[in-house]
Amino acid sequence: MRRFVLGLALVLAGVSVMAVQAEAAVYGAETFTLANGLQVVVIPNHRAPVVSHMVWYRIGGSDEVPGKSGIAHFLEHLMFKGTPKYPGTAITDTVAKNGGDQNAFTSQDYTGYYQDIAVDRLPLVMDIEADRMRNLVLDKKEVETEREVIIEERRMRIDNVPDAILDERMKATLWMTNHYSVPVIGWEAEMHELTREDAFDVYHAAYAPHNAILVVAGDITTAQLKPLAEKYYGAIPKVGVYQPRVRPTFLYPKADSQVIMHDERVGQPQWSRQIIAPSYNVGDRVDVHALEVFAEMIGGGSTAKMYRTLVIDQKVAAAFGAAYDADAISYGTFYVSMTPSPGATPAQAEAAYTKAMDAMLKDGITDADVAQAKRRILANLAFAKDSPMSAARAVGAALAVGETLNDIESWPDEITKVTADQVRSAARKLFAENSSVTGILLPPEEAPAPPPLSSRAATKGAKP
Amino acid sequence: MNILLRICVSAGALILAAAPAFAITVKEVKSPGGVTAYLAEDHTTPIIAITFGLRGGSALDPAGKLGLAEMVTSTLDEGAGDLDSFAFQSALQDRAIKLRFTTDRDMIRGSFITTTPNAAKAFELMQLALTKPRFDAEPVERIRRQIQVVLAERDEDPNQAAQKTLMETVFAGHPYAHEEEGTQETVATITADDMRAWVKRTFARDRLLVSASGDITPADLGKAMDQLFGDIPKTTGLNVTLPPATAPAKGKTIRVEKNLPQSVVVMAQKGIARRDPDWYAAQLDDYTFGSAGMNSRLMLEVREKRGLAYGVSTDLAPFDAGALLFGSVGTRADQANTSLGIIRDEWKKMRDAGPTQQELDDAKQYLTGAWPLRFTSTGSIAEILLAIQKDNLGIDYIDKRNSMINAVTLADAKRVAKSLYDPDGLTVVIVGPASKGAKAAAKP
Repeated sequence: MRRFVLGLALVLAGVSVMAVQAEAAVYGAETFTLANGLQVVVIPNHRAPVVSHMVWYRIGGSDEVPGKSGIAHFLEHLMFKGTPKYPGTAITDTVAKNGGDQNAFTSQDYTGYYQDIAVDRLPLVMDIEADRMRNLVLDKKEVETEREVIIEERRMRIDNVPDAILDERMKATLWMTNHYSVPVIGWEAEMHELTREDAFDVYHAAYAPHNAILVVAGDITTAQLKPLAEKYYGAIPKVGVYQPRVRPTFLYPKADSQVIMHDERVGQPQWSRQIIAPSYNVGDRVDVHALEVFAEMIGGGSTAKMYRTLVIDQKVAAAFGAAYDADAISYGTFYVSMTPSPGATPAQAEAAYTKAMDAMLKDGITDADVAQAKRRILANLAFAKDSPMSAARAVGAALAVGETLNDIESWPDEITKVTADQVRSAARKLFAENSSVTGILLPPEEAPAPPPLSSRAATKGAKP
Repeated sequence: MNILLRICVSAGALILAAAPAFAITVKEVKSPGGVTAYLAEDHTTPIIAITFGLRGGSALDPAGKLGLAEMVTSTLDEGAGDLDSFAFQSALQDRAIKLRFTTDRDMIRGSFITTTPNAAKAFELMQLALTKPRFDAEPVERIRRQIQVVLAERDEDPNQAAQKTLMETVFAGHPYAHEEEGTQETVATITADDMRAWVKRTFARDRLLVSASGDITPADLGKAMDQLFGDIPKTTGLNVTLPPATAPAKGKTIRVEKNLPQSVVVMAQKGIARRDPDWYAAQLDDYTFGSAGMNSRLMLEVREKRGLAYGVSTDLAPFDAGALLFGSVGTRADQANTSLGIIRDEWKKMRDAGPTQQELDDAKQYLTGAWPLRFTSTGSIAEILLAIQKDNLGIDYIDKRNSMINAVTLADAKRVAKSLYDPDGLTVVIVGPASKGAKAAAKP
């Protein structure tokens, strides 16, 4: 079976987009907090003598001040430029010479740094990460060069990819004055103006122990990690107290917008919809868990009802997917996407989708469907602890948006408790009450024959 | 995208300073029925991964049926025995069994990951898929539509478009020239009968390699292998040997015009075979040159010093019938020639002088130190065990590998660089706008 994955391009990762869904299971994680406010989480896994060492900062694209879009991500790049103790390229060189893989990523709500490395090198990467939390040095010339790099990154990820351009426009339309309207990579015009001082403003405001979470997963115990955490991170002075981030919860009256984009590069039309949804921080948790079950129910591969109706029975779509992202400081997002079948138009696919979804919401969510979706979610949790790297990333992302370790570890219980009535109610509410945006990606329109030269000249100067 | 992945077990290991003691025990298991497998037994997590390969991949597709192997492997989990597509997929999803088939140019792969309590069901479903695939009309047509979509999207993506053109050029006239998915024309002609015939000639135990990791004993694995593969013929007489695939000695540059803000440039020249004794020296050179992420020479020159690209890298790709050395960069359209010029200069420098002692030492430290990072999930361990068998590296490879890396001398590294790096042999594909800079840069 071919799998069409819905593009959840929420995180700009150096290597790949990480799973945004909490996927929380019984990780067996333990936690303690240092006197300076740094939260430390340990996820033991003794299969291989390696660890994943991660520091998460509770700052992302959505914390930027207006006009400085992209600065959180720009700072993430600049964090590799050195400190007095690790000058020049020493941060990247030192980790590589010790057999470590490292990278970093920025999302709307957090910024993360990691090194995957042999456990006996853990003290070294702790020293580096603790050092650059407070002692970053930025050379003006290097900042200039790195700005070109992030603009190239934008071209690669967005401007070269019609889907991504459309997604950017859809988010701007859906979120309006909410910060989620602004791309994490930044608007290009604003990226050109980002300065060294802008980067330091964010760094000094947000990179501090009380605003960070240290996650270490792998061949280590809490008893072993505690003295190391005290030694390397405990030495950083306390400079503040963690305050949960509060974002405006204001929403404009419900409206369903549509963005249509024709692009000469498009070979295959696409249809997608994004709907504002509750999150772990905004709205009712009961609805959040119910929508997690609903997303599995309708988006869980080729056996899901909507997929069967649209792809298998009506054949109007070649692929159908649904996903729900509730790990957000502000609202969450519910995603639906379809690839129209060869020969079918997005409008035909949308009409079929609307009919199928209306039927689903009316009386198509059965007790058996809900029970099956819950079983499947829970069955997948068996793999959560398999890889220390994936465990560290899932736990860190959830904590960084304000969930607690208890929320994460008890997630299976919450899923178990979800009733079919709750799923029906949450799904109906989602579609009836929340604003949405629909994006349609198309090849170029048939170009009309150009008007005669004389009339072109005449219309050129005309203003509406 | 497969072509830019490391085909072989990549990155390796050990160390100048104290490397962590790293022990993973690999056993060869022989089933009562005579099927052998490599097993890394580990009962700490109740998860089992089985991965197997059949030599011969999409390069064997008949000329008029390009995309056949891809189409079959995408449909094998869409119904088997008494289970139609819905029943088969439901049985997998209800138990979170991750079962899949894939193909690349050289090999067909099947795998599943399951929890221990569901293992019996996983073996049963995999056996059905291998021996009684249904190829019902609905899933066959659905998968065909999905492949047609992939083909339509491929030209949209400058990276895929560039790689496709590169492979067509470098391996012109060879079965490797075509992508796994085939073409719109050929995919339209593939029938369920073609697919059944493919299964009949492809599945045979004389080309089968099996690996397993996780919560399973040798005895249970032996029984399971006979269940899975016992009904598959010993041989079908299929010849999987391909004619040698040789990259051109003199490279040319091809421009694919697309209106893009960033040009994608990919390039390839003759590489080095995985079984070549100089493989490890080449791997170390390639790390220094273009595979070391932020630490490579290309990254330093193109990105760190000049800000011309977000990513630039190289990769050794040892296909069975002929190896390539790949390079790629995404760079501002009006700077594509500048970036390419820098890359060509670095290519020459690498050929002429090779790495420095410091660079070689750094590469050894990374490759040896990072070796344990490849063994952090049940599935990744099974995949490495399969790669070891594919390239006949030996059952003690995991332990030996770091010493082979460390045995490379500076003289070896320089000698191999001299014979490997061939700037004149580079075939280059540039996907981007017709640039005004192109003409200017064409002058010497």
